[in-house]
Amino acid sequence: MSTLRALAKAQAVAAGVAQPVATVRHLHVSDRPLVLVPLAMAGEANAPLAALVGAAPDEARLLIVPQPRNRQQRFAFAAELAGIVLPYLDSCRGVSEAVPTDRGRDVRYRHVDAPQLLVPNPAGTTFLRLLGRSTRFRRPDGDHPVHPSVPLLGRWLTFFAERAEHPGSSALLAMTEALTLHWATGQSAVEDLHLPALLGWIDPPPGLTGGQAAARAEDPAVCPPAGPATDPDFDNRRLAPAVAAYAEAGDDPVGRAAAYAELERPLRDQLAPTWELMWRGVGLLRALPPGARVAGRWDLDKDAFTGYAEHVDAGGGPQPRRDGAVAAAVRLHRLERALTSYAVQRAYDDPLVMAEHRLTGEAFVGDVTLADPKRVDDTGKRPVLRPRIQVVTTEPVPMPVGAALWSPARPAQKARVVFVTPGADGKIEVVLELSGGMGRGLTAPPGTVPEVGERLCFTTLSDAFLPAGNFPAPEETPWTHGGPPAAAPLPDEPATGIPAGATTGGDDGDPAEDWA
Amino acid sequence: MTSSAERLAEIRGGVPPRRHNARTIAALTGNPGCTRRAVLDSAGVDKPKLAERIGFPARFGQSRFAITRGNAFEAQVKADGGIELLRLVAERLGVPVPARASWTDLGGDDLPDRHERSRAALTGGGDEAALFDHPLLGLEVAGRRVHLEPDLVAARLGGRFHVVEIKSFPVIDGQADPAKVSAAAVQSAVYVLALRELLAAAGRDSELVSHDVVLVCPRDFANQPVASLVDVRKQLLVLRRQLDRMARIDALLDEVPAEFTADLTAEPGTLAAALRTVEARYAPECLAACELAYFCRDEARGHTTTLGRPVREALGGIADVADVLALAIGERAPGPEQAEAAPLLRAAADLRAAILAGDPA
Repeated sequence: MSTLRALAKAQAVAAGVAQPVATVRHLHVSDRPLVLVPLAMAGEANAPLAALVGAAPDEARLLIVPQPRNRQQRFAFAAELAGIVLPYLDSCRGVSEAVPTDRGRDVRYRHVDAPQLLVPNPAGTTFLRLLGRSTRFRRPDGDHPVHPSVPLLGRWLTFFAERAEHPGSSALLAMTEALTLHWATGQSAVEDLHLPALLGWIDPPPGLTGGQAAARAEDPAVCPPAGPATDPDFDNRRLAPAVAAYAEAGDDPVGRAAAYAELERPLRDQLAPTWELMWRGVGLLRALPPGARVAGRWDLDKDAFTGYAEHVDAGGGPQPRRDGAVAAAVRLHRLERALTSYAVQRAYDDPLVMAEHRLTGEAFVGDVTLADPKRVDDTGKRPVLRPRIQVVTTEPVPMPVGAALWSPARPAQKARVVFVTPGADGKIEVVLELSGGMGRGLTAPPGTVPEVGERLCFTTLSDAFLPAGNFPAPEETPWTHGGPPAAAPLPDEPATGIPAGATTGGDDGDPAEDWA
Repeated sequence: MTSSAERLAEIRGGVPPRRHNARTIAALTGNPGCTRRAVLDSAGVDKPKLAERIGFPARFGQSRFAITRGNAFEAQVKADGGIELLRLVAERLGVPVPARASWTDLGGDDLPDRHERSRAALTGGGDEAALFDHPLLGLEVAGRRVHLEPDLVAARLGGRFHVVEIKSFPVIDGQADPAKVSAAAVQSAVYVLALRELLAAAGRDSELVSHDVVLVCPRDFANQPVASLVDVRKQLLVLRRQLDRMARIDALLDEVPAEFTADLTAEPGTLAAALRTVEARYAPECLAACELAYFCRDEARGHTTTLGRPVREALGGIADVADVLALAIGERAPGPEQAEAAPLLRAAADLRAAILAGDPA
């Protein structure tokens, strides 16, 4: 927790309403996000109970599992959900765009849009991850056949859950996290996980303070939990009798339909308030102007979506239960790079985020007082353009001489610290030598060198490309990491259902495992 | 009866103390610095009723679906005289699966009899494989003997005892919900401690009870049980420390005003006022562990603790939100212990104000 964010929380307590901690939106919000509010059955291993799903506020579809302990009905639910999710994914695949690769020598194609799933909270993300895990190895044939869309849904849900771990991805977002990225409430992080309370702080109803609205939202009788866990009182008083009545209705079609309706009603009552809150959250996020680098990150989501869609089209197998050693290392490396880049990009896009780095001595803001844009360094083999500028700041400058700095205004330009001179009036003069971002000649094009009077931020954070690490091939896994996988699976052999790259043994995709 | 015991009975208002179980004892290890909680728990006050009476009811309901499922899984694992359970535990411990083992159910209604049977069965020696279901154990809590009726099996394998807990949360691809595992680990530690005391009291080596407890949970999405080992040494340390602290309840009671009462028949206003005279140490984590948390949270309003420990630390440990803001806008000169935090808060407040007002940089 940065001091800046902590202070915003203290200010929220005093003001009685959440305070902004971002001046721009740091994530992409789709024009048609698929909102998914799931409920799980208490006590069961991620057994779906109900869900409200749809891509627009008036398109809510209620799915329920009348007997959540019945596995056949669970997979029927999965098939129904697939009937909504898969067409939604297809709707994003209409148009492709050409993207230059290999320094413009080649092009590849990617879909111009990508799907976006929104769930209320991180527990909702976990629910989808586990639903993906419980369905992606199922098979349409064999002893316990499921609808062919079920394993497909499982792979896609797993894809989204994996994207959700990727810092900066907007493919699957938990609404509570999306909101707390932009607002600080006067309550703790634990309480912020409760979507109704969080929105109570951010957008309290007229006449109530954020604190009062949040307190009201805590009473499950007034405000049902945003799932996937249900309120125990609801389970005991309303759900249990309805489930029992449905079971008693037996095969009588009329009684069954009536009991089904009696089951739908309380479940819809539990889900509808969260549905409303989800779209209110979407509205609040849409009202923020997007950060400059959000579109670039969304392009990565489009790439990932296109790539996985092609994998599925080509008959690729489901994701393995566990990554092998090499795959895990590659994945961790990718996540670390994404995390670094995401943190830098947010700071570049948003002065309020950059302010956190200014407080910790990783950045300062100053006025350009002198500029020598024509300076040429001719001490080397050939002369190079190395303009110098002097920046005066009132902020501390702990960076040592020789340190490389960057300015969000000109991210391609490196500024090396040449002198740091404390002035008498508490101000600090910093002389910087610039390189890059000025073309190839010995004269800088206009606008590429900061001018006297410009107010600029300089930071040690760099948005430059981070080179990928080198990793061995799976069959060359070093002995320190368990050595090569015992039996390297055949590459992409969909007929067997064994995922490519699986190293955890041959029991993946055993259809009996979940029916025991 | 000691004077402390009399005093605690007085605080309770003459009703019998609330019975502890492993869960309530495990809950004691959370927030050990809270005097209010230590006193109420030592006195055996019915905290859920107390919270309700003062208008801050706790929300610790349990779904009947969860209870049904838990019971069904436990029955399934214990079926057939525990043959399957024995195999699971032995394989997990890496000892040969015994050809046969005795199964002793120590359950029943007659407490003294159960206690005696449990003592005899568990300390009676013998090295052969054995499973003991529903043993009645005891533990000294705040100078009072507390009976524990665990839903657990003590397994004697290879001459050592292992606490076996059957839980209905799933282990999916080798991973379970960390919060549930840690709760189960603390509970198991209570049983390990009680079992060790039982053996020690009979003059046997308490180390015969392993600190590795066995959790039996459903595997993946099915009902098939899988056993995992959990090392509870750390939990044992925490637990001992808190029990020792409660054993020194006399010292804690010295800080409690003489007229303090948690008698449920008293007026809610009186009760709330009395509670405020005993220091609490609220943290947001209390909401998940203590029945009185909503009351304490309300009392702590305006304090940085309600925002969570990381926030409080980032604010230089300053207790009061009003103080933080006064220092941040330079309205108040910092005290000596705030000298470090104050300039940072001022800088932060200036930055926020400038940027939110539209300063381009």
